[in-house]
Amino acid sequence: MADALLEIEGLSKRFGGIVGSDAISLAVPRGELHAIIGPNGAGKTTLIGQLAGEMSPDAGNIRFDGRDITALPVYRRSQLGLARSFQISSLFLNFTALDNVALAVQAHAGHSFYFWRNARCEADLRGPAGLALARVGLTDRGDVLVSKLSHGEHRQLEIAMALATTPRMLLLDEPMAGMGPEESARMVELLRKLKGELTILLIEHDMEAVFALADRITVLVYGRIIASGSPEAIRANAEVRQAYLGEQETANG
Amino acid sequence: MKRMLTARNVFVAGLLILLVLVPLYAIVTDNLFPLTLYTRIVILALAATSLNLILGYGGMVSFGHAAYIGIGGYAVGILAHEGIYSGFLQWPLALFVSAVTALAIGSLSLRTRGVYFIMITLAFAQMLYYVAVSLDRYGADDGMTIYQRSEFDGIINLSNKISFYYLCFGLLLATIYLTWRIVNSRFGMVIQGSRSNDRRMRAIGFPTYRYRLVVFMIAGTICGLSGALLANQTDFISPAVMYWTRSGDLIVMVVLGGMGTPFGPVIGAVALLLLEEWLSGVTEYWQIILGPMLLLVVLFARGGIEGLLAGASRG
Repeated sequence: MADALLEIEGLSKRFGGIVGSDAISLAVPRGELHAIIGPNGAGKTTLIGQLAGEMSPDAGNIRFDGRDITALPVYRRSQLGLARSFQISSLFLNFTALDNVALAVQAHAGHSFYFWRNARCEADLRGPAGLALARVGLTDRGDVLVSKLSHGEHRQLEIAMALATTPRMLLLDEPMAGMGPEESARMVELLRKLKGELTILLIEHDMEAVFALADRITVLVYGRIIASGSPEAIRANAEVRQAYLGEQETANG
Repeated sequence: MKRMLTARNVFVAGLLILLVLVPLYAIVTDNLFPLTLYTRIVILALAATSLNLILGYGGMVSFGHAAYIGIGGYAVGILAHEGIYSGFLQWPLALFVSAVTALAIGSLSLRTRGVYFIMITLAFAQMLYYVAVSLDRYGADDGMTIYQRSEFDGIINLSNKISFYYLCFGLLLATIYLTWRIVNSRFGMVIQGSRSNDRRMRAIGFPTYRYRLVVFMIAGTICGLSGALLANQTDFISPAVMYWTRSGDLIVMVVLGGMGTPFGPVIGAVALLLLEEWLSGVTEYWQIILGPMLLLVVLFARGGIEGLLAGASRG
């Protein structure tokens, strides 16, 4: 695809006898919100790990904006504009919320070999950090230590930190994990707002959210793509219903 | 606004005033022993402050930090042995060799984490210890006497015990101020972030390794300075100063005083060395008493003495 921002080709990863990713090929065009769903153990987190650079694939390659990033370390991918959020909030607990986001801003403001000026007084860092907090609705929580924030606020902060790196694409690993219905609804609203501006790869268990947000959905089972298409097509796909949705419907019904 | 007159601040201010007054006490009582003891305390506090930069703020448990004390000391001792007494040559060499050594040790050990990091830094320090032991020309494991202190003609006479004490104290204060600037700068935020969550640091775009390596070098270099001071204070250098138990002492000072706080290492150095001094006068087996005391601090005062005081300030 000519205008794909992220292209994955034949990505494979095995852990001993277990298949994590089985020849995954996928293209995410600019501006699309692409959701990846699949039952537990389908290899969603393995896929994100390889895209973010924390795991290296056994075979296949990843291209971001036309550039092969398969062998790049994590921080280089972030600098190219590929930002991720973590399934289990991964924050700097002994810093305030604003400090956390300011650090993300700093990571993209040139090198950090400045030894003298107080970074907490630098408007260049605090300003954009404040804006990122505002976007996720945490403005009045900026001065609170992260260890004192609620779970839902941690999830919001996760997104704020990804946004603060001025990314071109977001890799969101279950942003709604562990959220109550109200918090989930707020997160859906937030993602809807981001959808127009950024290309997003969303991994999520919350089906309601996925079908409300996604332009396209890819279904992963045992590390393999079994279907990829519009939400309507996925809803109608017999194989998907059996492998995944059906399972849930039976469980719910 | 934060209150200035907290228990912690009063204690730290009191401690600093006490340290300023030590030479006066020595003059009035005409007893130079306290001055010698406190010069040693101040020098080791400087070494502990440098360790605090990587251990307290950076989370790097270097178990080989005393190696730089040895390097700084040997730089002074070896040059003096060869007839070069100028401090303008000795001290920069001490700092330079320490920095280069830290670069070498850090570039390998910082690729590892946790226990492996501790073991590798320990192994390097022990290696340097045995290098020092093998220096037959420079006294081997007996060490060597330094017959003349570093010369800073026209600036300061290190043989004057009071001038020397104030030089050490001034350097300690300067280092604490430098540490404080560093840890709150952009660079320091990267170091602290990396201690807190290195994975996230890389995910938001920081190549953390190079920052950790630079702070490791800064800490080693400052510790090399304390080695040059210690060699001048004792007029002697031997491999014993870089033995692994010495590195352990430095860690104890930092942990006892309060990791990741500007004055924690000073409090720790004063507390540990005074306790040592006092207990060794009480009994030959003073370590039996000191050990459990340290255990209690580690178990019940996670923030060290500094943390206890800060807690008292809040309560």
